[in-house]
Amino acid sequence: MTIPTSSTAQVIPGQGAMAAPEGAKPSKAKRQRFLFLKNKKAAFGLLILGLYVLFAIIGPWITPYDPDARSNDLIQPPSADHWFGTTHLGQDVFSQVLDGTRPVVFVGFLAGAIATVLSVIIGITAGYLGGKTDDTLSALSNVFLVIPAIPLMIIITSILDSASNLLIALIIGLTSWSWNARVLRAQTLSLRRRDYIEAARATGEKTWRIVGFELLPNLTAVIASGFIGTVIFAVLSLITLAFIGIVSAAGWNWGTILFWAQGQQALAQGAWWWFVPAGLAIAFLGTALSLINFAIDEFVSPRLRSAGKTKLKTASGGTVRMRIGFTPVLSNSAEPHTRARPIPINTDGATPVAREVAK
Amino acid sequence: MEPVLEIRNLNVEYGLGDRAVRAVRDVNLTLHRGEVLGLAGESGSGKSTLAYGLTRLLAPPGVITGGEVIYHPEKGDAYDVLGLSDKALRAFRWAETAIVFQGAMNSLNPVHKISTQLTDVLRAHEPRMSEHTRNARAREMLKLVGISPDRMDAYPHQLSGGMRQRVMIGMALILQPQVVIMDEPTTALDVVMQRQILGQLIDLRERLGFSVIFITHDLSLLVEFSNRIAIMYGGRIVEEAPAATIYRDALHPYSKGLLGSFPALRGPRRELTGIPGSPPDLAGMPSGCSFHPRCPQAFEPCAPHIPVLGRPDTPDGAARSVACWLHPTEQPVG
Repeated sequence: MTIPTSSTAQVIPGQGAMAAPEGAKPSKAKRQRFLFLKNKKAAFGLLILGLYVLFAIIGPWITPYDPDARSNDLIQPPSADHWFGTTHLGQDVFSQVLDGTRPVVFVGFLAGAIATVLSVIIGITAGYLGGKTDDTLSALSNVFLVIPAIPLMIIITSILDSASNLLIALIIGLTSWSWNARVLRAQTLSLRRRDYIEAARATGEKTWRIVGFELLPNLTAVIASGFIGTVIFAVLSLITLAFIGIVSAAGWNWGTILFWAQGQQALAQGAWWWFVPAGLAIAFLGTALSLINFAIDEFVSPRLRSAGKTKLKTASGGTVRMRIGFTPVLSNSAEPHTRARPIPINTDGATPVAREVAK
Repeated sequence: MEPVLEIRNLNVEYGLGDRAVRAVRDVNLTLHRGEVLGLAGESGSGKSTLAYGLTRLLAPPGVITGGEVIYHPEKGDAYDVLGLSDKALRAFRWAETAIVFQGAMNSLNPVHKISTQLTDVLRAHEPRMSEHTRNARAREMLKLVGISPDRMDAYPHQLSGGMRQRVMIGMALILQPQVVIMDEPTTALDVVMQRQILGQLIDLRERLGFSVIFITHDLSLLVEFSNRIAIMYGGRIVEEAPAATIYRDALHPYSKGLLGSFPALRGPRRELTGIPGSPPDLAGMPSGCSFHPRCPQAFEPCAPHIPVLGRPDTPDGAARSVACWLHPTEQPVG
């Protein structure tokens, strides 16, 4: 290969400390927005969850029928009139599922939020302050840990005549924070002895600042996944309560549909459309939340992020699988990448000069 | 001397596509049977990446974008390590090439006894070996690295740093590999312990006959212990020569800079010098010789043209190679 002498003249002006970079320097990566959505799990999970939230908001307004209205179409399979078929009273299952989305989403997220706030406050306080505070708060969360939430809710809702969804969310939230509080306490205990926290304390940072700016950011993943986990738990609790007939008075939700389907022996009648849509709705909501949970883990821990992305596209269009311990080999030909050849330099003169060389 | 490991035009990158960082560029290096090859260079020069690349141990996003690593087993035909299947690679590791990692003394699992960790590899590679033989081998290994065999049942925290390091070295040697790669194995130890361990290593090498690739930024250590030294800069090997030759007259200005940065124990006093500037950014390498912006002797061809590693025209040129325009090369190596 010939190296044209003209290239020397072009590059020489930039020599010395101001070295011209080899080739074009790759342009600085732009600040990537919505990086979280780049993760397929996050995008898919959020898409499904978004649909659920949308139906929770507009569901009751767009139901084709009143979910309570009876008709003469008894136990009809899915048709153009009734997309998900009808019940033994001729009620439209599609309308019931749509109408039932709001309480499920409402209870799930409200209970999740209550439990998360409580667990963050109690867990971090116990872990960071230690001593008597820790003993008291740990004892408290241990007590709440052994309280069986569902039986408690059954008792409370059966005492109160009409248990509203708000009340159910409150009860679930107030009884399900203890597990996350324990996890957060353990994590805080390990973090508070780290050097950067000690350094912050040594420089005289206020406790609220250490907790808010040094501890909390490092606990984000734990808190977020705890929140998602509690939401799933709350949704399942509400549906369980409705399924065993405790809160059927509080309007439709997927559990109520399942309660009626069970009561009328839908399975024995072969009326699969009665319970399958509600079941799938629960399953998809759980899937969406779990996907978001995984995505948060990967997003917060970069090592997991790159480990999760095992298949990558190469410039030439192929894919490589990245695995720890087995570095991919793109090509094992011994061809040098840099096409450099020795250029004979005249050294018996005063100044050596690069010369054009023939192949 | 017959070669045991030949690296040919090895290229390693971090990441894919045009944002990839080329950490090792066209490295050619031959390790001969029974020799200690030192690999020196400042932080970020690609020493460790080279070692992990040739054993395919790089964590994602590291990829090998080209080259060959030819291994010559004691018996049988030579083969390319980069072309091995996963299964063959697993069998190859440790049995043929072992690594002692950077900060190896923290690599021991604190909840298992030394004996368990020593015999674990035997259990994996030689499953038919009896429990008794395994333990005997582990004891023998401990004795070889200078630890009393009654420490077999000790947990890692019961050993000192130097002892843990020696356990790691013993563990690497337990399958009698032909090649041992040591990535700054003594950085965390004090100089007395460093000397003791390295002396032991050289001793073991004479008895067991393995070859060592020794990676460090401590050139003075290499001058003393290694047969040959290769100096890396910006992902390339810039000079390679017998240890004494490098010490007496290094040809590459970068090698001279490294040698000028530590004091000699004997001889006349001289001013210690460092190398001005800082290591290059691997994502935006200078054109031509990557050292030229910092080089005190840079001249015209340095900026536009990349010098090739080749035999210099000095009297002892046959035994050494250098990549520098100050020393025109006769023919490229490899």
